[in-house]
Amino acid sequence: MSLSGEVTKFQKRRAGDVDEGPQMTQFLSITVGGQMFGIPILQVQDVLRQQTVTHVPLAPPEVAGALNLRGRIVTAINVRRRLGLDNLPEGSKTMSVVVEHEHELYSLIIDTVGDVLSLQSKGFEQVPPTMDTTWRDIATGIFRLENQLMVVVDVSRLLQHSVH
Amino acid sequence: MDDLIVEFITETNESLAAIDLQLVGLEQNPNDKNLLGSIFRLMHTIKGTCGFLGLPRLETCAHRAENVMGRFRDGTLQVTPAYVTLIFESIDRIKMIMGELEANGKEPEGNDMDLIEKLDAVYEGRDTTGAAPAAAHGAAPASAEIDPLQALFDSTPGPADMVPNYVPAPVEAAPAPAPVAAAPAPVAAKPADDHGAKESSVASQTLRVNVDVLENLMTMVSELVLTRNQLLQIQRNSKGSEFGTPLQRLNHVVSDLQEGVMKTRMQPIGAAWSKLPRIIRDLSNELGKKIDLVMEGEETELDRQVLELIKDPLTHMVRNSGDHGIEKPSDRAAAGKPETGKIILRAFHEGGHIIIQIKDDGKGLNTERIKQKAIEKGIATAEQLAAMPKKQIHMYIFDAGFSTAEKVTSVSGRGVGMDVVRTNIEKIGGTIDLLSEEGQGSTFTIKIPLTLAIVSALIVEVAGEKYAVPQLAVQELVMGSEGGENKIEYINGTPVFRLRETLLPLVNLQAMLKLPEDKSASERVGRKNLYIIVTKVGDYVFGILVDRVFDTEEIVVKPMARMLQSIELFSGNTILGDGSVILILDPTGVAKASGEIQVASTDKSAAEEHAIRGTRTSLLLFSTGDGIPKAVPLALVARLEDVDISKIEESGDQMLIQYRDTLMPLVKFDPDMPLNEKGTQPTLVFSDGTRSMGLMVAEIIDIVEDIINVQINSDRTGYLGSTIIRNKATDIIDVGSFLKGAYKDWFKDHGEDDFDREDMKRLRRVLVVDDSPFFRNMLSPLLSVAGYDVTTAENPKRALELAEKGQFFDIIVSDIEMPEMSGFEFVEAVRKQGPWQNTPMVALSSHATKNDIERGMSLGFTKYVAKFDRDTLLNAISSTLAEQRHTEAA
Repeated sequence: MSLSGEVTKFQKRRAGDVDEGPQMTQFLSITVGGQMFGIPILQVQDVLRQQTVTHVPLAPPEVAGALNLRGRIVTAINVRRRLGLDNLPEGSKTMSVVVEHEHELYSLIIDTVGDVLSLQSKGFEQVPPTMDTTWRDIATGIFRLENQLMVVVDVSRLLQHSVH
Repeated sequence: MDDLIVEFITETNESLAAIDLQLVGLEQNPNDKNLLGSIFRLMHTIKGTCGFLGLPRLETCAHRAENVMGRFRDGTLQVTPAYVTLIFESIDRIKMIMGELEANGKEPEGNDMDLIEKLDAVYEGRDTTGAAPAAAHGAAPASAEIDPLQALFDSTPGPADMVPNYVPAPVEAAPAPAPVAAAPAPVAAKPADDHGAKESSVASQTLRVNVDVLENLMTMVSELVLTRNQLLQIQRNSKGSEFGTPLQRLNHVVSDLQEGVMKTRMQPIGAAWSKLPRIIRDLSNELGKKIDLVMEGEETELDRQVLELIKDPLTHMVRNSGDHGIEKPSDRAAAGKPETGKIILRAFHEGGHIIIQIKDDGKGLNTERIKQKAIEKGIATAEQLAAMPKKQIHMYIFDAGFSTAEKVTSVSGRGVGMDVVRTNIEKIGGTIDLLSEEGQGSTFTIKIPLTLAIVSALIVEVAGEKYAVPQLAVQELVMGSEGGENKIEYINGTPVFRLRETLLPLVNLQAMLKLPEDKSASERVGRKNLYIIVTKVGDYVFGILVDRVFDTEEIVVKPMARMLQSIELFSGNTILGDGSVILILDPTGVAKASGEIQVASTDKSAAEEHAIRGTRTSLLLFSTGDGIPKAVPLALVARLEDVDISKIEESGDQMLIQYRDTLMPLVKFDPDMPLNEKGTQPTLVFSDGTRSMGLMVAEIIDIVEDIINVQINSDRTGYLGSTIIRNKATDIIDVGSFLKGAYKDWFKDHGEDDFDREDMKRLRRVLVVDDSPFFRNMLSPLLSVAGYDVTTAENPKRALELAEKGQFFDIIVSDIEMPEMSGFEFVEAVRKQGPWQNTPMVALSSHATKNDIERGMSLGFTKYVAKFDRDTLLNAISSTLAEQRHTEAA
């Protein structure tokens, strides 16, 4: 409830000029394990710095725990773990992207947050079949940027935890 | 959708529910004037509203049905079951159209001519299939005498509220083709007007509020509670300030506000029961049974959220009672019961809970069938079931996929119901219990907490992390320690605590949550103390071990995130005053998990298990005053007692003491050991069911569980061998020799049959086959204490050599995992040929998957004892021997 009055800069952008052109979509770019990923801006609620996370015993390994975001309890997901990567060395700073999925909030713990990118839809390509299965599972496609590839994330699939 | 339509749908649905309920009543009391009047009025109102809103299909149905109702009410048409069924049909049709309206915003295409025809036929007296014709013309005036107050009393609050809003329209819209209809119309107007006058006073006492508004209010109050908690926390930490008094005031006001807002969420449970009479009526017709549904305590209030969650489980259970519980009238008559079965629904408050009972006088649960089903599904073995009390066996019906119904009806029997019921009830922190007598009926008792939202919780700390325990579950708080007076003891590997007269099983929360031990905490001085939270779940009382206990706080329960809901140990999470998120423990989940922990510990990987099993064990360490620590396998010790010196009596050269209604012989470990002058003497009690013996020692030191290497040395009487424990040489005592010291005839076989005196003279011979020397030496005294003559073999080859030598045994107990020849291969060889083909064989193993058990049994084992547990093993052996004796006798 305390969120309803808040208008983050992302919401403002949502309400305003989301599509800058006829076939443009906006993504928030993030980095995990050296790879750039993109989250559709419409799904991003918030961006946070490092947070205190309460450990949840017996939870699936990619669940880092729970945290308090302005009075709402948010589940923190360790995206590195989810993607099968090693954790950053102890003491490294992380960032989080808060997304909403089926009326619940999730905080995706990632390495760094980049800019918001407006990309032409026609640049959207299929995920290469040679990509790691876990990664392929959570990706909807990739964009070829000037210097690197950006993997577009399917948030709902990212949140479906891997079967143990 | 148009607001007006939304409101219309809500209110009309309520009216339809009320009509359903009243129609059922009418069926049983066809001449009840009040019911007739009420149903008519409800129908009338619905018709009017539909006309007002321009919903022709609905209006027509309601109108035609109202016509028929009008005739009933006037007494010009007799109420027959067939006609009532027709009205039910109309209601169902209206419901269907309403459903479409709600989904699509408009009425569906089509018409209801089929229904209209039937209704009109009845109304106009043309109906030939129905029962009595419109005979009672003379009874017409009766309708005008409906007492407005009485009518007011009968109608349910919902439609009653509706009336003042909608009265004006219907009076005009009533078309009245037949003369009879004209009479009801003005009559209807009169009570409706009076109704209006009376209604306005009732209406002003209640208010319709949108559920979302209330939810918002509730959420805001929750936030307020949290902020208040934060302020109180800050105030507690800072030394007195001017904020003190206003904060106290604020505290009280917020608590009252919280209580008040919670009341708005309370609804009478009758709301969840309203559909049941109709369901039971339809069910009785469908199954050809006579069922009476009695509802008591429908005004009992509970939280709206809880109500929503239990609606379906309740419906399911009532249907089950009707379908599987209540027998057909002919069967009931044959059993001497009244033909009409009764299902009683009862609700009342108790403590902080609401108790709901569903009781039927049907045929009860068939214990035998449940047993069979359990064995079929592999969730229990025959001897486990034999040892279980009936009540526990009945609880199997809550297992997934468990349906003993012979056929699956459209109503129930699919076996997916009861486990979902239990899950749903437990999800809201409730419990479900079952009592059933075959032939007499069953009673289900559900206990649910009154509110979900804000609860009192005890904040505790385990391994450096804080958790909340709902105050309702906490019975008391005690402090235990590793040593000393309030020590935590171990029986059969389970930690227990002596709480006054009872032994409380303990749950190590740190282990259960798989939390790493807080290293810094163990270095803290005086860390020996542990707090035990005595918790009660249903009838099960147990203690939860925690490191620290903080305050009790009011917390707002927030449900766990969907992906974490499957963790049974937590019922939700909350934000504390300091902003941190903590998890709320679910005592029911903890109780369940603690039962399962024992099984889990035997499910280790094969390699690990094989390496550990033979050598890891629990030993009780004690001293006898000569400086050399002694040990005895804990599995043999029944109890630890402190015997009162002053109460010891002497008879000849035996020492005795009164112990639980018998005289128990006492033996000093070392005849030269001095006894305490006064006070108590620590004593190890051994028993084999009826007889006990106390072994007095100087001091009970500790209980050790570790991988132990035992040097077997049986030269000295009284000793099995020695080992190194905690860097000290420790002697392992031979319990058998002491038992002989206490009772000269301890090793006489008690036997189960009184008749077989001959057999009693001969001791049963048991052969134990196990590759672990320590295990053999532990099983040996265990079985001797129980009265068997024990022989051991270190592998099946040696055992088979004994067979060749012509040795004979009454029963063979064999391990499964053995290096050269496994237990499976052994039993196969024994059964193929040789003198032991008919000797009962019991498999003893920690590997107890369904496949293992099946394999073992198919290869020739008589029984499979899955867990090493003194009682289970002894039971298995004695019951197998008893069965054998019976087959031999036959």
